Amino acid sequence: MMRKTALVFAVFAFAAPVFAEEGGGLEVANTKVGNIASLQRGARLYFNYCSGCHSIKYQSYSRLAEDLKLSPDEVLSNFAFTGAKIGDQVVSNMPSKPAVGDSPAEGAEVWFGKAPPDLSLEARAKGPDWIYTYLKSFYLDPSRPVGWNNTVFPGASMPNVLWELQGTQVAHYAPAKPGEEPAVEKLELASKGKLSAEEFDSAARDITAFLQYVGEPAALKREAVGVWAILYLAFFTFLAWLLNKEYWKDVG
Amino acid sequence: MANVFTSIGNWVNERAPGMMPVYRKHMTEYYAPKNFNFWYYFGVLAMVVLVNQILTGIFLTMFYKPGAATAFDSVEYIMRDVDWGWLIRYMHSTGASMFFIVIYLHMFRGLMYGSYKKPRELVWLLGMFIFLALMAEAFMGYVLPWGNMSFWGAKVIISLFGAVPLIGDTLVQWIMGDYNPADATLNRFFALHVIALPLVLLLLVVLHIFALHEVGSNNPDGVEIKKKKDPATGKPLDGIPFHPYYTVHDIVGIGFFLTICAFIIFYQPTVGGWFLENDNFIPANPLVTPPEIKPVWYFTPFYGILRVIPSKGLGIFAMFASIVLLFLLPWVDRGAVKSIRYRGLGYKLALGLFAATFLLLGSIGAGITGEMIPKLFGASADVTSIEMHFGWLLVLMYFGYFIFLWIYTAFGYEKTKPVPDRVTFGGH
Repeated sequence: MMRKTALVFAVFAFAAPVFAEEGGGLEVANTKVGNIASLQRGARLYFNYCSGCHSIKYQSYSRLAEDLKLSPDEVLSNFAFTGAKIGDQVVSNMPSKPAVGDSPAEGAEVWFGKAPPDLSLEARAKGPDWIYTYLKSFYLDPSRPVGWNNTVFPGASMPNVLWELQGTQVAHYAPAKPGEEPAVEKLELASKGKLSAEEFDSAARDITAFLQYVGEPAALKREAVGVWAILYLAFFTFLAWLLNKEYWKDVG
Repeated sequence: MANVFTSIGNWVNERAPGMMPVYRKHMTEYYAPKNFNFWYYFGVLAMVVLVNQILTGIFLTMFYKPGAATAFDSVEYIMRDVDWGWLIRYMHSTGASMFFIVIYLHMFRGLMYGSYKKPRELVWLLGMFIFLALMAEAFMGYVLPWGNMSFWGAKVIISLFGAVPLIGDTLVQWIMGDYNPADATLNRFFALHVIALPLVLLLLVVLHIFALHEVGSNNPDGVEIKKKKDPATGKPLDGIPFHPYYTVHDIVGIGFFLTICAFIIFYQPTVGGWFLENDNFIPANPLVTPPEIKPVWYFTPFYGILRVIPSKGLGIFAMFASIVLLFLLPWVDRGAVKSIRYRGLGYKLALGLFAATFLLLGSIGAGITGEMIPKLFGASADVTSIEMHFGWLLVLMYFGYFIFLWIYTAFGYEKTKPVPDRVTFGGH
């Protein structure tokens, strides 16, 4: 009885994450947040290609230096293009609304239709697989204002900022049903970029890993501390079990 | 050293002579049946989680800033800049879900062994009030991080009160203090979450335990141990002192439970979006509805009932009725035999179906059923219609459990097995 019920409990306790796995046509990012070299490469890509528009306002440069094992000078000279100081938070220089005295046609909301969102928690909200697949799924679409579209996020306002690395993709459409827009069947590389397909996958993976780290900087420490907490509790439980056995010898 | 403790003990006893008798009544001279099994851990585990929630909650309160403009940022501040803040927050968020896991199992234990039956009706009623207070506490706690699910969850749940005839709309505004969940809502929920409801919960837990210790614990055989006493000592023959036997026994269960919790906290703190939902990492935004508004997993069975009934008023009525009927269980079930071990086959089947129904209603409320239907019936299947019909069947089965149980026991259809005089105990 006891063993059976324990088994039932265990199945329920561990079934939840299995149910939670999402398919939805996303590619698996396969990131490793503990891989500091990957995070450093991801940070370099992020600051070169993303940070002009997207802030990560909950992340400070100093914490970045500490966690990514870089010196404050390295962080400031490689990443801070906005004249920020080491204790500052990472915010973009792009105004979302026109500043006082500027023409009303200025600001990200006018240029893109929507201010580029802060990406501090993007990996937690959307998941690493979403970000990884999104970065790989831009294609040329002349019908869009910025000339780009994305199969993961159709109608995205963002252009493909990584095009010089990836090259440009074009869409092959499936035959449209009457009254419906044709659906994208697959994407094909029309012109090559600086990186091969494998190299670009790895670049997209590094950016994703970096955003995962930014989403939860504590993850680095969490996983390192967890082993000791669990070992301690398991040992405590073992001792408690021995003690219990000793006491219950009396009970007949 | 021993002398110091003895003299301190004596000093206190002289001044508060009533304290030792209370300690003896609830610990060393509280006789619990010796045949408790796995299912009897969940009461003490609920207490452990309650203490965890209060302690971690105190530390969270030191850094959390209630208010629509500050709440979300302050939670991220706790997660990033407060020393060990992430651990405290994950202990609190994991604790919330673990609370419901242990409470649901604790309640299921009550159903299996008939612990709600005479003379323990009051214990059951107080327990149900704890469950109700816990649901309110969890709901308000969920609103505090002020993520987008907090906002939309609050909006949906509070708007249920709009179904009250005549005063509905006024009532909704009165609860929110605004026309939408807003700063005023967040601040009052904070007050209720950190002080009002915890006080109610603590009081109810004390009453629950006092009521239990008056009548004594039930056990997996459903035998009243007080009926067979040692004529010399007057102690129940099948009872053993709670302290030290069950304290030492419970520590093993607590250790095992905490090990599982630690695994979640350190390696799966969101449990794939089930304990901490993805959409709640987006700040509250009244203009952007999340793709799917659904409550956290522990409310999904009740939300499932609400979802499959097309009329809003009827759906809300059914949802409340599903909880009210649990309160009435001691009077619905007229069977004399308590434990499932000696009850009729009909009861065993009905309880199994009831548990399955509860889980399946949860899968509807969580949207799992909606995802499964195209996989099972092909892409062209009418998801809404299949889900509705399946949901109606489940609602009928949920309420059918109570109707069946009453007819089965009140009119003598149940064929029970003979209940032994003494508990069955195989030793440890």
